[in-house]
Amino acid sequence: MVANDDINLAVGPGEIHALLGENGAGKSTLMNVLYGLLQPDAGEILVDGQPIKIRSPRDAINAGIGMVHQHFMLVPVFTVTENVMLGAERVRGGIAGFLDRRRARKEIAEVSERYGLPVDPDAVIEDLPVGIQQRVEIIKALTREVNLLILDEPTAVLTPQETDDLLEVMCSLKAAGKSIVFITHKLGEVKAVADRITVVRRGRTVGTASPDASRDELAALMVGRSVKLTVDKAPAEPGESVLQISDLVVDDDRGCRVVDGVDLTVRAGEVLGIAGVQGNGQTELVEAIMGLRPVLTGEVSLAGQRIDGWSPKKVLRAGVGYIPEDRSVDGIVKEFTVAENLVLDIYDRPPFAAGWALKPEAIAASARERIAQFDVRTPSADAPVGTLSGGNQQKVIVAREMSRPLKLLIAAQPTRGVDVGSIEFIHNRVVHERDIGTAVLLVSSELDEVIGLADQIAVMYRGRILRIVDPDTPREEIGLLMAGITPDSFGDSNEDPASGNGAPAGNDGRAGADGNSAASEEEA
Amino acid sequence: MSTMAVEDVAVAPIDQGFWTRDRKIGAGLLLVGVVGAIVFGLLATPQPARFTLSETAGGASAEIGGVFGAVLFGLVAAAAGAGLLAGLGERWFGWLLGLGVVGFVLSFLCWQISAAPDGQNFMPMVNIVRGTFLLALPLIFGALAGVLCERSGVVNVAIEGQLLMGAFAGALIGTMTGSIWAGLVAAAMGGAFISLLLAVFTIRYLVDQVVMGIVLNLLAIGLTGFLYERLMQTDLQAYNQAPHFGNWEIPLLSKIPVIGPALFRGTLFLYLALILVVVIQIALFRTRWGLRTRSVGEHPTAADTVGVRVLGLRYRNVLLGGVVAGIGGASYTLVLYSFTKNMIGGKGFIALAALIFGRWSPTGALLAALFFGFADQLGAYLGAINSVIPSEFLAMLPYLATILAVAGLVGKVRAPAADGKPYIKG
Amino acid sequence: MTNANTRADSPSPEESPAKHRLPRQNAPNTAAGPQPEAEGRESLGQRFLQNLWAANTVTVTVLAVVLAMLAGAVLIVVSDEDVLAAFGYIFARPGDALGGSWALISDAYTNLFKGAIFDPAAISAWINGDGTWKPVFAPISETLTYATPLVFTGLAVALAFRGGLFNIGAQGQAIVGVILAALAGFLLPLPPVIHLIVVVLAGALGGAIWGFIPGFLKARTGAHEVINTIMLNYIATYFLAWIIFQKGVHDPTRTDAISRPVDPSARLPRLLGSDLRVHAGILLAVAVVWAVSWLLNRSTFGFEIRAVGANPDAARTAGISVTGTYVLVMVIAGALSGLGGANMVIGSTASQLTPLVAAQIGFDGILVALLGRVRPWGVLAAALLFGALRAGGNSMQSHSSVSLELVTVLQALIVIFIAAPALVQAVFQLRAARAARLQTNLAKGW
Repeated sequence: MVANDDINLAVGPGEIHALLGENGAGKSTLMNVLYGLLQPDAGEILVDGQPIKIRSPRDAINAGIGMVHQHFMLVPVFTVTENVMLGAERVRGGIAGFLDRRRARKEIAEVSERYGLPVDPDAVIEDLPVGIQQRVEIIKALTREVNLLILDEPTAVLTPQETDDLLEVMCSLKAAGKSIVFITHKLGEVKAVADRITVVRRGRTVGTASPDASRDELAALMVGRSVKLTVDKAPAEPGESVLQISDLVVDDDRGCRVVDGVDLTVRAGEVLGIAGVQGNGQTELVEAIMGLRPVLTGEVSLAGQRIDGWSPKKVLRAGVGYIPEDRSVDGIVKEFTVAENLVLDIYDRPPFAAGWALKPEAIAASARERIAQFDVRTPSADAPVGTLSGGNQQKVIVAREMSRPLKLLIAAQPTRGVDVGSIEFIHNRVVHERDIGTAVLLVSSELDEVIGLADQIAVMYRGRILRIVDPDTPREEIGLLMAGITPDSFGDSNEDPASGNGAPAGNDGRAGADGNSAASEEEA
Repeated sequence: MSTMAVEDVAVAPIDQGFWTRDRKIGAGLLLVGVVGAIVFGLLATPQPARFTLSETAGGASAEIGGVFGAVLFGLVAAAAGAGLLAGLGERWFGWLLGLGVVGFVLSFLCWQISAAPDGQNFMPMVNIVRGTFLLALPLIFGALAGVLCERSGVVNVAIEGQLLMGAFAGALIGTMTGSIWAGLVAAAMGGAFISLLLAVFTIRYLVDQVVMGIVLNLLAIGLTGFLYERLMQTDLQAYNQAPHFGNWEIPLLSKIPVIGPALFRGTLFLYLALILVVVIQIALFRTRWGLRTRSVGEHPTAADTVGVRVLGLRYRNVLLGGVVAGIGGASYTLVLYSFTKNMIGGKGFIALAALIFGRWSPTGALLAALFFGFADQLGAYLGAINSVIPSEFLAMLPYLATILAVAGLVGKVRAPAADGKPYIKG
Repeated sequence: MTNANTRADSPSPEESPAKHRLPRQNAPNTAAGPQPEAEGRESLGQRFLQNLWAANTVTVTVLAVVLAMLAGAVLIVVSDEDVLAAFGYIFARPGDALGGSWALISDAYTNLFKGAIFDPAAISAWINGDGTWKPVFAPISETLTYATPLVFTGLAVALAFRGGLFNIGAQGQAIVGVILAALAGFLLPLPPVIHLIVVVLAGALGGAIWGFIPGFLKARTGAHEVINTIMLNYIATYFLAWIIFQKGVHDPTRTDAISRPVDPSARLPRLLGSDLRVHAGILLAVAVVWAVSWLLNRSTFGFEIRAVGANPDAARTAGISVTGTYVLVMVIAGALSGLGGANMVIGSTASQLTPLVAAQIGFDGILVALLGRVRPWGVLAAALLFGALRAGGNSMQSHSSVSLELVTVLQALIVIFIAAPALVQAVFQLRAARAARLQTNLAKGW
């Protein structure tokens, strides 16, 4: 995979340079190259005009480059001081190498003071909120005297208030003469702090902009219009409601509230698309519907029957097809053959099994049929599915889920990491499923895909459905909604109506958003 | 220190209601204490139970009526449980749990000693303490070897093999050179040899660490058994009569009652074990090496991003662990016995249990090893006084305790996060 | 699981010196076929040789055995005083040292072979009419006798492995199995056939109970099965030591640790007369291999086991109960071990409980499972190899006075070499074939 293809980037001293792009545009890959975690195939890196080779993080640190990773590189059971010291320990006692914690604490205090990053040096990382952990990461980089600090999606995990604090810190760093590369896909933040903006799309730099550019302009650059995938489809003929979700609340693995009062209805014969930046609760929403994650409050009904609290098997049996978003983790068993993967969730039902016995002939026959029908390119039905390309693996999942009568199809990121030919095929199958009267819930962080396939688009942001809009809505407007900016609150980038903390104000805001969505549903 | 405002980030409050873990344990302890008081009290005889401070029945002693003692200490255990149940566990958990366990054990002992045959109603504390330490010795070395490996992220189930190899190499080279110190060095090398195989195959060839450990144990058993039969059995004098370390009495300290004769008239290995516990404890938590070792065992990627050499450190620590375990093996063959086939007999796995029960810390491992050693010694003592309690059940105690600990019934046991996972860069 | 996959793929040929001569062929996601069309024109013989020399399962196994035997040979030599002495003047008279070594090694391995497979002398004696057929089949009979329990314990480990669990507890499960089997064998007065069936089932039940515990703890609390099975092994060992001395169990005529014998009505019949030890256990073992093979590959539950073992996340998403599968897998694995344990008192090796009645069959079962590439029929083959080594080891010990312990060394070395195919490849500069890797996708830590 070529994640980065001919990217040019120049960062000046004392500059905040924003690297703007959608998920999967190749921003993080670029920065990992810069930090020595990945090696470039071509091109060079210059620091202060000198070309240097960065083969490991150590080289990067020596070159004055620091990085705050999207997934923090902190040892959870260590204290703040220990994490900051690690790799650059001050020691006493000669060969014994006793840690000089006092000096480390002093250093931390100094850095905290200078850049406005208060933190308790003796707190254990895993007890700290994410925002403070990030602060520790920044302190860690600063105590190593970096000149260039890379912040990889730093606000993705922060609350609005934490985000504000971070932006302030960035400004004070800039004032101290540090350069910052700020990777993000959030327009408001970029406009607030960046000096220069480079936009990346599909592994290429597509342009630079100044922060004075309008949001529309930036959104257009970021989302792009070049590869517009069109799907031929007739207008939807929605029937009765099949999936009904009301006031659903779900936590993620760490116990953070990530789905916070979602109401949704999907009707037979329509595609409801959920647009949103990855990590706004879509994953957990879908897992809760499937019975893979406990529903804390709220109801999920399928064709009038409550299904929350059911086991995944029962939900699947009730006529739900599920294309999980992370194909290689949740969708397929790589070591299994194509034929086996094609019956992964129906292996124990006739005709594939009789009693306790599998029916290999039936499985093989059905596999041959599906392989032909869904155009799976495989040497044989007995090839391990791990040997197929991503697109063909995905087709195996699609074939499996769409070859039984369904009431509801849930397709999460159905074309992620899939070649163009397979994308088109999968899109057509989804539309076909809709046309035979199945309710389809589509979750995708590819806006193009949602716009192309959906009959209605629900924009999800911080665990809530911000608004439900028509697919004809200008894509820039949807893009802004995905960034949490409703058209009526332009200019106020961080304080969106649905801040995710369940504060009373937030609830009011949601009521408003719901009102809006109801209104737009009327229009549709 | 902290002046920041605590952000209202959603941190899931773990609401367990009334039945917190402390309270559950307290309730259990209360029940056990009451049952102990009743059952042991009924079974005990009015004969006094004497705890003598010497190796014989004579000398100073503490003594308590059998029934009275059994009931009293049972109630002490129950009271400790009640305290936990009442919610004192937040501040005093460790002390109360300790008190409860000690109370229960004493209650049990009062019954046993008072019910012993006439003339044997005493427990020589010096013997018990000394035996506890002696039996715990290989466990301490083994568990420390485990600490060194597992803290840096390599699961070590080959402790048994390392101990065995150390014992064998110590006996062989010690005899052949006639030098006890050469034997000690050879024992360390023997343990390191098994460690080297473990390190190369798990770190370089990425073989599953548990698989490799199990296979290495069998290899060590086979190898030492084979060479024992071929060499040692044919010519004991030439290959299996290593010089032994004598007891080194430490002036002054050895005069302390009970502790003195038990602890400060020991061999080199006893002192070495205790010193190693302290040294490794300090090194692990206070030095650069320790910080890096722990980071490599918890989050190797993070360590890598700040320039720590993950694999090099793992190699080094696994080898070091082998050295420690090898010396532990020598505590068999360079002190009391000559080498025999499979002479470690599962102690390596109890050491593993001590490591886990001691939560991967040197001092924890020491305490766990002493606890297991005490159980072992108690078994021997009860056997000597013809107790109705089968020694086999006492021997099971370490293993049962470990299962309970791992299942989360007695506190949370958490292994280093990256323990057992090979580190692959990129 | 992704972790495990990268693991499995990573011992790539970069590690081997062969990389300069051979193109990289085991890139993770290429088709598994050994050779592309380009080489289709070669003669059948060439292709056969090529396949033979590719690092496929059989080749790696054979080479691992060869390497282990070589290492064993070195051990035999260095542990022999006379030959070592000859090496002291190797430069003066090299013939002494080398000849002595060769005589020693060839004698030992010849006796190993004679004890495991057949003795040519016995065959010629039979053909000439000097002897009976029995000595001819005696080695095979011994091999099968030793292999039988290992088939069961090997299956127990292999089945759990396929379900993503590392069952180190086969030893403990076998011990509890042998205890219950023996108790049923001498406490229940039952008619012949029924008694045998009941005893076999009792053995399976005992093992199943001992397998259930770690399975349940894993499913319920997430406690690592490796730790728990290790601990349960020793608990079972001590339980055995205790129960032998209990009234009704202990043989009242003896003072040492030995129980009453199992009633004759509960013993497995011998297959080749009373002089040869091979018994019906091996038939049961083969039947169980077939059953486990069917269970794994042809049953819905086997599908679940394999799915959970390979990718528990995907299995859960597809509606399979991962925790339920863990428990059931451990119960079945335990039952299999228990059968192996039962074999130790109703077969021909012993009929009474002793502290060492279960020998090392559980630990050997781990090696057997690994050597058999955690496939049922592979386990059978591996158990036969181990049985042969053991039977041959006995003859080696008595005729060449080379300790039986050498067999343990050989077994461990074989498995080490198997477990690190990259090493064998490096040593023999093999071309890599994907299939050769041992699937130990268990790198989950504690």
